[in-house]
Amino acid sequence: MKLNSTLLRWSAPLVMGAALVSGNAVAQAGATECIAPAKPGGGYDLTCRLAANGLQDTQLISRPMMVSYMPGGIGAVAYNHVNGVRKADPNLIVAASTGAAVNLALGKLGKYDASEVRWLGALGVDYGAIVVKADAPWQNLDELMKDLHKNPSSIVFGAGGTVGSQDWMKAALVAKATGVSPRALRYVAFEGGGESLAALLGGHIKVFTGDLSELRPHLDSGKVRVLAALADKRAEGPYADIPTAIEQGYDVEWPIWRGYYMGPNVSDEAYNAWVERFTELSEREQFAELREARGLFPMTLVGDEFDTYVKKQVAQFKQLAKEVGLMK
Amino acid sequence: MFDFLIHGFEVALTPMNLGLAFMGALLGTLFGALPGIGPINGIAILMPLAYTLGLPAESALILLAGVYTGAEYGGRMSSILLNVPGDAGAVMTTLDGHPLAKKGLAGPALGLSAISSFVGATIAIIGLTLFAPLLAEVAVLFGPAEFFGLMVFAFASMSVMMGNDPIKTGIGAVLGILVAMVGVDSGTGVMRYTMGMPELYDGIDFVVMIIGLFAISEILLMLEHAHNKNVDDTMPPLGRVMVQLKEVVACRWAMLRSGLIGFVVGVLPGTGASVAGAVSYTTEKRLSDKDNTFGTGDMRGLAAPESGNNAAAVGSFVPMLTLGIPGSGTTAVLLGALMLYNITPGPMMFTERPDVAGGLIASLYIGNLVLLALNLPLAGLFAKVLTIPRWVLVPGIAILAFVGVYQLHSDLMAIYLMLVIGVVGYLLRKLGFSLAPIILGYVLGGLMEDNLRRALSISGGDMGILWQSGISIGLWIAAALLLMAPLIMAKLLSGKPAAQAQA
Repeated sequence: MKLNSTLLRWSAPLVMGAALVSGNAVAQAGATECIAPAKPGGGYDLTCRLAANGLQDTQLISRPMMVSYMPGGIGAVAYNHVNGVRKADPNLIVAASTGAAVNLALGKLGKYDASEVRWLGALGVDYGAIVVKADAPWQNLDELMKDLHKNPSSIVFGAGGTVGSQDWMKAALVAKATGVSPRALRYVAFEGGGESLAALLGGHIKVFTGDLSELRPHLDSGKVRVLAALADKRAEGPYADIPTAIEQGYDVEWPIWRGYYMGPNVSDEAYNAWVERFTELSEREQFAELREARGLFPMTLVGDEFDTYVKKQVAQFKQLAKEVGLMK
Repeated sequence: MFDFLIHGFEVALTPMNLGLAFMGALLGTLFGALPGIGPINGIAILMPLAYTLGLPAESALILLAGVYTGAEYGGRMSSILLNVPGDAGAVMTTLDGHPLAKKGLAGPALGLSAISSFVGATIAIIGLTLFAPLLAEVAVLFGPAEFFGLMVFAFASMSVMMGNDPIKTGIGAVLGILVAMVGVDSGTGVMRYTMGMPELYDGIDFVVMIIGLFAISEILLMLEHAHNKNVDDTMPPLGRVMVQLKEVVACRWAMLRSGLIGFVVGVLPGTGASVAGAVSYTTEKRLSDKDNTFGTGDMRGLAAPESGNNAAAVGSFVPMLTLGIPGSGTTAVLLGALMLYNITPGPMMFTERPDVAGGLIASLYIGNLVLLALNLPLAGLFAKVLTIPRWVLVPGIAILAFVGVYQLHSDLMAIYLMLVIGVVGYLLRKLGFSLAPIILGYVLGGLMEDNLRRALSISGGDMGILWQSGISIGLWIAAALLLMAPLIMAKLLSGKPAAQAQA
């Protein structure tokens, strides 16, 4: 029966054009579903798979979880869909991350704001990182920051997101920490972390503001130098040698949590059942391995605590967006 | 030096891995053949399956790589048979592939394109085996300014497609560029042409654009013909089924040249099969289209893009395996699959996990042979698809595409958008526009703008960055030469009829 999820996903829509009208034929059968508000293969896909594989491997759900994709509007399409159509679906969770909180703060997810949905929990976290090429003149964050302060336009930053995205926020916060206006920063937006890294290796940009986990393949290659992790404390394992920005005297933190939300009208009963599932999942050793394999660091924040956390974060980002000149 | 490859063949030739390579090739061909489902989606669907089945890393990768290369083979089928590109790389394949089918040569066209695909992929696999680390170093030298130069070159080489109506070609390309502009502007975060609809924030999806422009407009044209003449446009009876050796031999230079071009384009991060198909087709047309037969069912015009797009698919493994940087959207997903197995791609992979790196490369050799063996005999069978009345076939494919697109977007807006694009495409076709320049404008224009913007944000607005490096200067000179060549030739050959020199 292991073929089940794939077969269902393909046979159902192929057999019936009716799937065009109702997207939830499978959900009605009682199976759980996770919507990744993006195309296959990205971070949201990974977030959904983390829950789907984790819950299945630990047998916390009896049938495989379906992962469906709803790209569009940097997550706005899925957000509007859940708030407008599947408001009370007890079997549906949607992947979200710090990036979604940024977009909510900037009002980019349409008419609904962060208080609409029920924030369920986060199961893992990644951290921002400041990366330069191995032959760059800067040995530590302080040297980079001093040069940036002296001549902001001489150092080109780049990352995989547009101006105003969470990737850009990292660069903006770094600039702000040394008293440089983010508007004076030279920032190049690439299509994803891979292209940015290629541009760094080719010497086209000088600083790449990426994520810690995507750098793992490159830590031993000797081609790049990670000047700082934007975490509250040092990570373990292969990342143990990377100092945090805070250690180096710059108060910049950028955790990228990977979590989920549910529809606004989901019953307390269903919501609590999910909270319980997630709590139990996060305690399993098997899950810790799964999380690590996906390059995520431990973070468990579920239920009301998470709800408060996200809402507070969105409020902070709103403030930040005003400071860096993205919003008036 | 090639220990990893010998070891790789040991890994790839186990019965299970051979079986998986075969399965991947077959599934990939199917995914590629169905418009709306491309290699990325195919891999994204199979990845969790491979993981759930508990396949070891090298086996999973062999399966997924088979799907990827198989999809590039499969994409040609609906291009040739239905004039609807099966995936992004197969757009140029419609130009000469479908006219061949209309002449009753669908079988030979499918056979020839299978052989071209094989030749292109083989050139690229050999290139990958021999020069991967070296090429990776060169690929990163291509920054935004160099990519902009490359796009200028690509547009210059497109000028050969101007044909009889340069103005319509120009308008078509500009329309394509316009569609590429829709969505969030990455340089500033400003929304362009989204009309407040969140569905448009991310821009217009390639699949939506292709299915709308080609498949929907085809259905509308068919409806109109049926209404006017009360007859169905049936295809001519199928002629011979097998491709002849002399036809393959006639295309040998087209295949070899395009294989090289496709490989180079594929190695560059950020450009993939669609750009490779376009550049190989236009280059081949410029070099060998002496009698102006390209676009009317010239075998060389079919061999070139098919060899090119398959070579590009393999080429995009170079940056992935050597630098850990994906060379295309599909390799980005594959990279994710590797991470899932706790394998870190990059230069260390060849020494730390030779079974995976070698196994993958060996499986590309094997998969490619499997694909040829699968696709050559099946050419005749697939050509029979054309005996199904077109009023059943094209709407049937469109419905499959609808379902595929809906599956990917879970949103009706994508379907509506597809219909609107289809109606516009129908009107443009009625007005005598060709669809290829629109798609090329859409693909190349988007890349061109992004890279121009990036280059200018690096330099702080100084245009000088665009011709600072040797690579950029070379590309600008090549583009200028391409544009000037017909004029110079005309001068030199002034004794001969000028029309031939300009062709």
